[in-house]
Amino acid sequence: MAIKKVVANVEEACRGIESSMTLMLGGFGLCGIPENCISQLVKLGVNDLTCISNNAGVDDFGLGLLLQGRQIRKMISSYVGENDEFERQMLSGELEVDLIPQGSLAERCRAGGAGIPAFFTPAGYGTEVGEGKEVRMFDGKPHILESALTADFAIVKAWKGDEAGNLIYRATARNFNPMMAMAGKITIAEVEELVPLGELDPNEIHTPGIFVQRIFQGNSYEKRIEQRTVRPRN
Amino acid sequence: MLDKNGIAQRIAQELQDGYYVNLGIGIPTLVANYIPENINVEFQSENGVLGMGPFPFEGDENADLINAGKQTITTMPGAVFFDSATSFAMIRGQHVQLTVLGAMEVSQNGDIANWKIPGKMVKGMGGAMDLVASAENIIVAMMHTNKAGESKLLADCTLPLTGVGCVKKVVTNLATLDIKDGAFHLLERAPGVSVEEIVQATAGKLIVPPHVPEMQL
Repeated sequence: MAIKKVVANVEEACRGIESSMTLMLGGFGLCGIPENCISQLVKLGVNDLTCISNNAGVDDFGLGLLLQGRQIRKMISSYVGENDEFERQMLSGELEVDLIPQGSLAERCRAGGAGIPAFFTPAGYGTEVGEGKEVRMFDGKPHILESALTADFAIVKAWKGDEAGNLIYRATARNFNPMMAMAGKITIAEVEELVPLGELDPNEIHTPGIFVQRIFQGNSYEKRIEQRTVRPRN
Repeated sequence: MLDKNGIAQRIAQELQDGYYVNLGIGIPTLVANYIPENINVEFQSENGVLGMGPFPFEGDENADLINAGKQTITTMPGAVFFDSATSFAMIRGQHVQLTVLGAMEVSQNGDIANWKIPGKMVKGMGGAMDLVASAENIIVAMMHTNKAGESKLLADCTLPLTGVGCVKKVVTNLATLDIKDGAFHLLERAPGVSVEEIVQATAGKLIVPPHVPEMQL
């Protein structure tokens, strides 16, 4: 029988998250972020966190909510441009920031979950990112050594999930979620729709439930749009 | 002189049938508006979609469907979604044939700076470092000078680098230039722009051939 991962609610899902821990949070911009768990982290008041997430939310949504409460000590991200409070805390030195190329961030999470301690990539060679890192030539081209990332808790958001923790994402809300799900010592998945075993087609699953320790159905998703761009109907 | 749309229109002439293309934020995004007729290209957005379509009709926006600029988008028939690691496998693995991105500075050696102004602005590099480190074919789309009127085509970049020796072509509001052998090579003038104006606005080493044709748009 399948091993069931279901927990009752966000409180149970986030049990054990403490100050000074390292967390991974899925999402790209505000797309595919674990809204329920972020709210719970605000409620828990844990601080001194290291957060690994591609972006830092906006001032009043996503990880911006944790920044407002000064709950984050260090951010590991690739792009943080849409958040004034973030930029203020970073330039004033209150917030430690490690900016790394987006592809390296994704691969470092994947490596962390896949048991690969480090890898060579050309991205960042000759820039600040490459400073102090081992350089090796492959096919006549310089590459830098990047190490794997793991986290005490990885927190991901999926569209559908089943009781075994198998996950399916929707459209570009997938982004970093699958790699981060692999890289958490404990991975929490919040889903829009939690279904019984057998409801999901095994052919269609993006994240196998083996990577997920806790799953729950989230509620009240705001799914805020960061840049609403449209064309007229006529 | 070209405006942003003109720059995009000129770059669109570089598109070839069967190209997978990654367009950066800003002017590069506009290139999608000028795809030549009777060629097929597919746009890749590094947040995880290949086969991007135009912006949605009002009311059809989907919060789960955005591009790397966090704008709401649509998809074309045959589109596909994937995770960020797969996305950068496409980029690093050179499966994407053309990358167009903006820049604050470009040097005569093909170095590019576009992610940080120390002490002032730090947005992060996003996917730009992965893109410029691996792409074979990189075109920079930018204004020839900054808001203070200073050249953005330099002997050496003054800002923190995004990548070294990677840019091969630059299209600005004034000109199309190739970068090779440690110099900018003037290929075309923008409509109504003289060679002298381009020389004035270019701080790096510039090679000017005897005849410089005007761009055909």
